Amino acid sequence: MNAQVKPFTLRLDTRKGKVDMTHGSGGRAMAQLIQELFLKHFDNELLRQANDQASFDVHAGRMVMSVDGHVISPLFFPGGDIGSLAVHGTINDVAMSGARPTYLSAGFILEEGFPLADLERIVISMSRAANEAGVPVVTGDTKVVEKGKGDGVFITTTGIGVVPQGIDISGDRAVPGDLIIVSGSMGDHGVTIMSSRENLEFETSITSDSAALHTLVEQMVAVAPDIHSLRDPTRGGLATTLNELAQQSQVGMQLSEAEIPVKPAVASACELLGLDPLYVANEGKLICICSEADAERLLPVMRAHPLGGESAVIGRVIEDPHHFVQMETLFGGSRVVDWLTGEQLPRIC
Amino acid sequence: MKYVDEFRQHKLAKQLAAAIRDEVDTGRSYHLMEFCGGHTHAIFRYGVQDLMPGNVRFIHGPGCPVCVLPVGRIDNAIHLVEAEDVILCTYGDLLRVPASGRNSLIKVKAAGGDVRMVYSTQDALNIARENPDRQVVFLAIGFETTTPPSAVALQQARREGLKNFSLFCNHVLTPAAIQNILESPEVREIGSVAIHGFFGPSHVSSVIGSRPYEFFAEEFQRPVVIAGFEPLDVMQSVLMLIRQLNQGRYEVENEYTRVVTREGNQKAQRLVAEVFELRRSFEWRGLGLVPYSALKIKADYQEYDAEQRFQIPVSPAKEVKGCECPAILRGAKRPTDCKLFGVVCTPDNPMGSCMVSSEGACAAYWSYGRFRQPEAKSASTEVAI
Repeated sequence: MNAQVKPFTLRLDTRKGKVDMTHGSGGRAMAQLIQELFLKHFDNELLRQANDQASFDVHAGRMVMSVDGHVISPLFFPGGDIGSLAVHGTINDVAMSGARPTYLSAGFILEEGFPLADLERIVISMSRAANEAGVPVVTGDTKVVEKGKGDGVFITTTGIGVVPQGIDISGDRAVPGDLIIVSGSMGDHGVTIMSSRENLEFETSITSDSAALHTLVEQMVAVAPDIHSLRDPTRGGLATTLNELAQQSQVGMQLSEAEIPVKPAVASACELLGLDPLYVANEGKLICICSEADAERLLPVMRAHPLGGESAVIGRVIEDPHHFVQMETLFGGSRVVDWLTGEQLPRIC
Repeated sequence: MKYVDEFRQHKLAKQLAAAIRDEVDTGRSYHLMEFCGGHTHAIFRYGVQDLMPGNVRFIHGPGCPVCVLPVGRIDNAIHLVEAEDVILCTYGDLLRVPASGRNSLIKVKAAGGDVRMVYSTQDALNIARENPDRQVVFLAIGFETTTPPSAVALQQARREGLKNFSLFCNHVLTPAAIQNILESPEVREIGSVAIHGFFGPSHVSSVIGSRPYEFFAEEFQRPVVIAGFEPLDVMQSVLMLIRQLNQGRYEVENEYTRVVTREGNQKAQRLVAEVFELRRSFEWRGLGLVPYSALKIKADYQEYDAEQRFQIPVSPAKEVKGCECPAILRGAKRPTDCKLFGVVCTPDNPMGSCMVSSEGACAAYWSYGRFRQPEAKSASTEVAI
């Protein structure tokens, strides 16, 4: 008789079930969650070994490592969700060193009561993003906190990668005379998130720009190995990221507002809310600082890549003992583009 | 963007700048006060001062509702959260306003106080509906622009019979503050500060109209131009003020004709009049007690008045020692004249009112115009900064 052996436990109910404390207890329920949800969707050779660690060969060159915690509301938004964002964000942080990202880890903190259907949706999205990027999740962790002590789900991802020989990209390498390039329009992700927030819903055609930028970076370093600095302008947007780079490199920056790409729908939404698109978050854009000669080589390559079609030179690195980021406004005046103070909030009146 | 991009065109700005240069009398100075933080923000964000002749100077007035809310009222709000266990709802940038003892609502929130940031009075009403067993207080601030939504919220609360909602009213009035500035010793008697003309806040006038300013123009012989908040609006208004001053006229002119009428929005005015009435006196941070400069909730609506429900006391003012905000708000000093500016007082750690909101004069100087600081300190008071 070949009767199929029935499992002793019920299958995980990913349609109506909810996360409960047993899913983080280390017992059978947790093993079942890992087996039927995480392993099922993230499936790869290293993860399948189910050890407490992933074991792999080390490549030649310098290794880079980056960790990122993802805490976002809402969890699902036009153009992505917390899962794909957790993959893209960490791949990008690794890639901004010029490295080729190789592996990811994923740590989940789940809130008791969180629907398993939503968790599965997030895991499938993460898995798809990791597969598309070719950067597998090879180890992970799950914890459950009591209801009221989390916000549905928090995800921490760590990425590692290898920097090819001869590449030295760092935030402290910008020098006066360098050009500042952005790979596309600013503020798409932040405006999408705001448009989806429960108490601030407004209609917009904008979707998040969340994307893994490593293939763009790979092509960039191939034509210009001496890129000085790369960074993805996520929280705090372009303005805050440029201030970070100016501070790290002890330089000033002079921008031209007319050259900074901002989609009309993003500009309109920011106008409505009293926000400045330069401070709004991005998840699929990068800033590149390089010599003028390298910029000439880079721009055609960037514009030919699907994620860099709107690449533009937006300014220049200058000498400035105050390390100010300044900008010639569209209007013909000048202003400081300062660090973000607190959180950018809609104005009262 | 319709009605936005048209008012930010570089070419038109250059033409207007040339017209202003042609119009100014090089033998006199033009000190123009923008009362409203919206204008201050526009001037700095677009670098409008770079396009002005040297003898045209912008003086930044007290027109930011966050900035002028006195310490005592924030202390009161904190008391409501800590001692009365209410859910306190308010707009975001009020959270960082310094209270007594270096406290603030954001610190109270971090310590476990139930302070919630909302985007509208409707959000606060929703929170009250969802929490029938808790008292919900909306900390209301703002000039004439934000008062009608507060009035609507109280009417809704009464219509629905919401027993757990009340409003802590801190709505203030623009004309009274302008009068206070013009009557201040620095401006009127001592003559140490010259304010030659005013930009009238356009959003305020979209509610109250341009008529309330006719009294000032007449009484104090200062021209007023109701000015929109786009940079070209500001430049056009500069031109209109300079023309009036050159011709010796003191009138109320309306640059923002696309929205503002002489009579304003009478429906909104009726709405406000039904729910609110004048306070005899109200303290403004930096200006002190200003008579008839604020609103309170009428007796008919007193059950929704947090001051009545919780017997909120009047707390005395506690300004930070060395802070020059009072003089800055009257135009007697500029932000860079304050020894706290940029040293201990920054937008991350505001000590005085003008540094609190992004629209305050000191915050605008710091965030947008900091690179001008060395030149401003060495420049004569007549030079535009």
